[in-house]
Formats: sequence, structure tokens, C-alpha cells
Amino acid sequence: MVPTSYYLILSAILFTIGVAGVLVRRNAIIIFMSVELMLNSANLVFVAYARQFQQSIVDAAGNAVLNPSAMSGQIFVFFVTTVAAAEVAVGLALIVAIFKTKRSIDVDQVHQLKG
Amino acid sequence: MTLELLLFYILAAIAVIAALAMLFSANAIYSVLFLVMNFAVVSVFYLILNAPFIAMVQVTVYAGAIMVLFMFVIMLLGAERLGQPPRYMPWQRPLAILLGLLLAGVTIAALTAQGLGPTPAVFQAEVIEAFGSPLEIGKQLFTTYLFPFEVTSLLLLVAMIGAIVLTKEQRAKDKIVRRLGTPPGNK
Repeated sequence: MVPTSYYLILSAILFTIGVAGVLVRRNAIIIFMSVELMLNSANLVFVAYARQFQQSIVDAAGNAVLNPSAMSGQIFVFFVTTVAAAEVAVGLALIVAIFKTKRSIDVDQVHQLKG
Repeated sequence: MTLELLLFYILAAIAVIAALAMLFSANAIYSVLFLVMNFAVVSVFYLILNAPFIAMVQVTVYAGAIMVLFMFVIMLLGAERLGQPPRYMPWQRPLAILLGLLLAGVTIAALTAQGLGPTPAVFQAEVIEAFGSPLEIGKQLFTTYLFPFEVTSLLLLVAMIGAIVLTKEQRAKDKIVRRLGTPPGNK
């Protein structure tokens, strides 16, 4: 069994790569993908902790059953994925709208609020 | 070194290299493909961590739907490559890398402050079959997490309407431009 902390370290590294991507790159689409990478690394922490803290409990008949609250981490990943999908839909629509007025998706070019 | 640990190291190396390649690719299409690779590796991690349903969601929704959407937009805009325009803040890149490394150090230190091993009091090596199964996730989504689940549907509706509105207004404007000809200085 791989210790949970290994997953945490990997997730921290992936998150940092995502942060660096947002700061270093000027292409709006790459910046969006870096945000996806950060969300995904957070998901990895959720799943790793869900695995660590999963506990079975013994019911009245003496069988080992799942502790209902042990699944919370995985359910949260489900919600994070949904939010990421919604965010991508709106974000890419914004990028397309910006491209149509500016003919560029370089974020340095987008320095005016008025299109 | 156990086989599982060896597998972890190989997969982790692939994940980190794919993420770095995503960051440094000049061509945005390659960035998308490297990110798909990263997501695929992470879904294997989910399988190792007894989360088969989440792994499948990762492959279909993230690597499938979301990244295809990215691919569509990149190809639609023809924005695979960006020229290097003069940067407004030339000192930003080294500072970003420095602060990124600092952030990595702090995050790792914070996450592993409890020591490197799993907490023995709560850690169970054995996992019963129901853990992470689609059945159990479905049950919980429609009982304990029913309200957040319904709010999620509202969120998706809002995102859908937002995406349509953002592109529709532009289309009407394009039609006017096409009828009147391109205005000067707005090529």
C-alpha cells in the first residue's frame, strides 16, 4: 500500500505546475488548462484521503458494511468535476467572444474592459 | 520496494512530466494532448485508490468531454500558436517560477506535517466491496447529497445559458458587420 502522503506530495507538485502555468503562460486557453490541472490535483487529494479514512463498520447481523460518511471525499470529486465542466463551458465561450473582437487570445492584449 | 510502490513512482513520473510538457509546449494542441495524458494517469491513481466510479468519470468527463471542448475551440480559433509579443512584465517569469517552487515547498510541508506514513489508528488496508462503487455513490447522491446534486443541475443550466448568450450576441453583431462591410480599423 502506497502511503497517503505520497499522493499528497504528487498532488502538491501538480498543483504548483498549474499555478506556474497560470502565471507564466500568456495563451488564455493554456491558462484555462492549468486551472483544470489545479482542480484535478485537488481531486486527487480528496480521493487519497477518502481511501485513507474509509472505515467499515459492523452492522447488527455481524457483517462488515460501509460507513456511509466514508464516501464523502469521492462525492466531492463528483461535484468538483461538475463545477469544472460548467466553468470550462463559460470560460471557452468568453475566450471565443474575446477572440472575435480582439483577433487574439493573448491575455496581455486584453487590458481594456470595453471591447 | 514493493510492486505497488514501483507502479506509483512510474505513474507519478509520467503525470509530472506530462504536466510540465503541457506547460512548456509551444503548440496548444500538444498541450491538450499532454493534459489528456495527465488525466488518464490520474484516473489510474483513482483506480488504485479504490475509486472506480470516479476514475470512469475522470476519463469520460475530463479527458473526454472537457478536453475535446478545448480541442474544438483551439481548432476553431486557429490559435495553436501565439507569437511572442513584447511582454509587459519581463520580470514576471523568473519571479513566477521562484514563487511556484516556494509554494510547492510550503504545500508539501503543510500536507506532510503529520509524518510520511498513514495514520495507523484509522487506516484500514482492507477495503470492502461497496467502497467507491457506482451503486453506493448513486445511493448517497440521491439521499444525503440530494440538495447539492439539484443545485448542480441549476449550475449546469446557468453555464449553458451563459455560453449561449456570450456567443449569440456576437453572432448578431457579425451579421451587421457582414451586411455593412467591415468597419475601417476593425480588421
